Amino acid sequence: MTSPNRPRSFQEVILRLQNYWAAQGCAILQPYDMEVGAGTFHPATTLRALGARPWAAAYVQPSRRPADGRYGENPNRLQHYYQYQVIIKPSPPNLQDLYLGSLRAIGLDPMLHDVRFVEDDWESPTLGAWGLGWEVWCDGMEVSQFTYFQQVGGYDCRPVSGELTYGLERLAMYVLGVEHVMDMPFNDPASAIALTYGDIFRQTEQEYSRWNFDQADTGTLFQHFKDAEAECARILNAAAEDKAGRRIPMAHPAYDQCIKASHIFNLLDARGVISVTERQAYIGRVRALAKGCADLFLTTDAAGEAA
Amino acid sequence: MPDLLIELFSEEIPARMQSRARADLKRLITDGLVEAGLTYGSAGVFSTPRRLTLTVEGLSANSPTLREERKGPRVDAPEKAIEGFLRSTGLTRDQLETRDDKKGQVYFATVEKPGRPAAEIVAEVLDAAIRNFPWPKSMRWGAGSIRWVRPLHSILCILSDESGASVVPLTIDGITANGSTRGHRFMSPDAFSVSNFEDYATRLRRAHVMLGMAEREAAIRQEAESLAFARGWEIVSDEGLLSEVAGLVEWPVPLMGVIEERFLDLPPEVLQTSMKEHQKFFSARNPKTGRIEGFVTVANIATEDDGATILAGNQRVLAARLSDAAFFWENDLRMAKAGMEVWAEGLKSVTFQSKLGSQADRVQRIAALAREIAPLVGADSDQAEEAAKLAKLDLRSEMVGEFPELQGIMGRYYARAAGHADAVADAVRDHYSPLGPSDAVPAAPVSVAVALADKIDMLTGFWAIDEKPTGSKDPFALRRAALGVIRLILTNNENFSLLDPIRDCLGYHDYSFELRRHLEHPNDGVLEKILAQGAASWRREATDPDVIDLLTFLHDRLKVHLRDQGIRHDIIDAVLAQPGNDDLVPVVNRATALNGMLATEDGQNLTQGLKRAGNILSQAEQQDGVEYSFGADVKFAETDAERALFSALDQAEPAISDAVKREDFPAAMTAIAALRMPIDAFFEAVQVNTDAQIVRRNRLNLLSRIREAGRQIADFTRIEG
Repeated sequence: MTSPNRPRSFQEVILRLQNYWAAQGCAILQPYDMEVGAGTFHPATTLRALGARPWAAAYVQPSRRPADGRYGENPNRLQHYYQYQVIIKPSPPNLQDLYLGSLRAIGLDPMLHDVRFVEDDWESPTLGAWGLGWEVWCDGMEVSQFTYFQQVGGYDCRPVSGELTYGLERLAMYVLGVEHVMDMPFNDPASAIALTYGDIFRQTEQEYSRWNFDQADTGTLFQHFKDAEAECARILNAAAEDKAGRRIPMAHPAYDQCIKASHIFNLLDARGVISVTERQAYIGRVRALAKGCADLFLTTDAAGEAA
Repeated sequence: MPDLLIELFSEEIPARMQSRARADLKRLITDGLVEAGLTYGSAGVFSTPRRLTLTVEGLSANSPTLREERKGPRVDAPEKAIEGFLRSTGLTRDQLETRDDKKGQVYFATVEKPGRPAAEIVAEVLDAAIRNFPWPKSMRWGAGSIRWVRPLHSILCILSDESGASVVPLTIDGITANGSTRGHRFMSPDAFSVSNFEDYATRLRRAHVMLGMAEREAAIRQEAESLAFARGWEIVSDEGLLSEVAGLVEWPVPLMGVIEERFLDLPPEVLQTSMKEHQKFFSARNPKTGRIEGFVTVANIATEDDGATILAGNQRVLAARLSDAAFFWENDLRMAKAGMEVWAEGLKSVTFQSKLGSQADRVQRIAALAREIAPLVGADSDQAEEAAKLAKLDLRSEMVGEFPELQGIMGRYYARAAGHADAVADAVRDHYSPLGPSDAVPAAPVSVAVALADKIDMLTGFWAIDEKPTGSKDPFALRRAALGVIRLILTNNENFSLLDPIRDCLGYHDYSFELRRHLEHPNDGVLEKILAQGAASWRREATDPDVIDLLTFLHDRLKVHLRDQGIRHDIIDAVLAQPGNDDLVPVVNRATALNGMLATEDGQNLTQGLKRAGNILSQAEQQDGVEYSFGADVKFAETDAERALFSALDQAEPAISDAVKREDFPAAMTAIAALRMPIDAFFEAVQVNTDAQIVRRNRLNLLSRIREAGRQIADFTRIEG
């Protein structure tokens, strides 16, 4: 890790990944503007993995896992963190090599490190999705998830998308040699106003941890869950034609409600008000929404054959 | 005779699937080749994370030409029939032969099915093998249609002999077979071509790939041991981990690291489990301190800095993992020292099984049962109850939450920290045992009591709610629990009647169901009545169908267990037909003694004699409509053989019943074996069914004494042969 090529800050790791994947021909998208648990929830992955139209996108996605909050004290755990997500359909034959190139781009030379593809199949019960692949280990640490999507929303993926997910904080901490996430330089440490990850996020981690665990009003959340579920169902059941007779199925607005329901479920789970038996039922309800959204998306232009 | 070399080169194959994949590849290809008429000398199969390789030596170059003779129509048959025959054989009329037949002159055709070249057959067989490969989980990729465990990149498929190698023409889903492969992903990524298996293995080795699993395992073991030896340490052997790690690397490079001092006070099981589960590290023990102080990680690459960067990275990850573990350990110890009441409370909200209540309910039942069993196995009742109450508490600890496989092990540490006696703490650890047919069986009385209670509660519970194992379905591992009960009893030689705890526990479950049912209707006054009656009044009868069924289930497990120890199933059946079969130790002793006797010639002849006596007797009884069971008198004996049998029985009968009473079954066998000669002599000399009715009745009554003597030992009618 004494490579001169080493990035100096969290943001430089992100910028290098952006540049690398842009150079590989990916559309560099921006984060989805809703609370999600992982980069996979971005419609650019979930919905675009469906249908036959080729697709290549990369983006940073802020992700929220309320139950993982530790008031900013744990060196590795955060309730709000960043994932870097790459999705390419159909998966190119050299996807592993492309991935290894991205490690080189952020200063991890595979000739000096021990990079391994260790079996780890991916499944998202809430999205009705699964795939086969690996977690990628670098010197014994998991740095990415590498998945070939087989099903989304209960549908077989044809063609198959290749999906890469990097846990950005953990990866950057390793590249930068930082022990506690809050100590990680966010911008260049030589900047006039040098900021660490902690300068930006310590306080928010505390605030959200408190809210997530103790304060979030569960009555309101239960109501929000029901509302999102009802609105999603309403959109899915709406006629495909608008007033003017144009065919405009509303797959994305419906999917927004599915994402919302999923996040509210995570909040309720963190508040500890969902019992083990109820848990399965809630996951099933979100999956039903995701399935409905997948059904609808497949009727739209974005899912169709490339023109 | 060419040799065949196949390599299927893919993205990383999961380590756990490689062993079966090797066997499947070998089977699918060699079976296919043989079915198509080829023969071969030998076959070898190999795997690394990125390749599955098969070598077949001495393959026949062609399948043999097959000749078949077919009889056709008569020469004077209608033209249509003859044309049809020509079409079906693909011959012309002048190629047919005419022979004389009973019905006149008949056409005969000799159809030749030409042999096919090996390459053609190999291509077909490999195509089918790839398309039908039985991976436990397979996938599609890109826009392709075939399935493989992970994307398949290239196929090497060559036939080679002295004159050189040729590629077998084959294309599957856009992948065309060729004669080349690649080496190590990072150290030797370039493609190279190979001419035969030997060349392939040599070049791979040069390209930093050790092809053989056994070779990689040996390399890892050897290097890990010598790294440990250099520090005066020893590697904690773990064959499962070794084969997993060998399946993850093509070029193993073991590296040794030291565990930081601040983590050395963690229990060794925690260090070992954390390192193994999360990092796939081997543990290194310092024999001087007895502690685990180091680790070996196996890299898949030799680097310029001799692995320094890799080791530093692994060390860093380990430190983060062990910091978590240390945090759990400290929190848990604090809870333990405070009496673990929070955990006990927590068990109330953990469902064991919806109909059988919470873990707390289960603990309460096990505690009562352990108390009941304790005196029967020589344990202190208070200690058994105490241990049972502690047994499941660690399920609520943070450490077991992280590493479920440490259940029990952590419980022992926490019980000790809370100041409980060693016997109690050990029982907390050991009450899950034995988990399998070869797992160690606890011997300490308190442990035995709690382990038995744990399993009997489990069995009776699932019997009470009618969730018994069926066929291959045994989701709650009840067969394992039953075998556990059997091994606990037999290994510790516990004279222990199973009937009582089974009846009590089934009754207790009924009582609990009733209580729970009426708790929902608290005002109907029934609840008070049930409580007033108490659990004891719910005890099931010995003739209750569930009681009998569960006992039969245990007997079936016992049969499997004894069969593995070489005792014939008919012998076990013959013994189980005796009363008192719920006490397993005498059952097994009796079966073992009987098994020993029946292995001798005396024993076999005796069995024949006993069976003969039984048959004659039951025929006569059926015919006469009476039971001959009493009153044989030596004064009606007509021959010496008869008189000798009387006196032999006079001696043997008390000896047998005495020995059986003492449960000295070898002595009982000796006593009954003494009857062999007199019985044989009796049948030799005497016709039982004679016309003289008094003599006949007397002889039949004498036979019934033989039958009774046999019945004291076992039900000989069930003995085969």
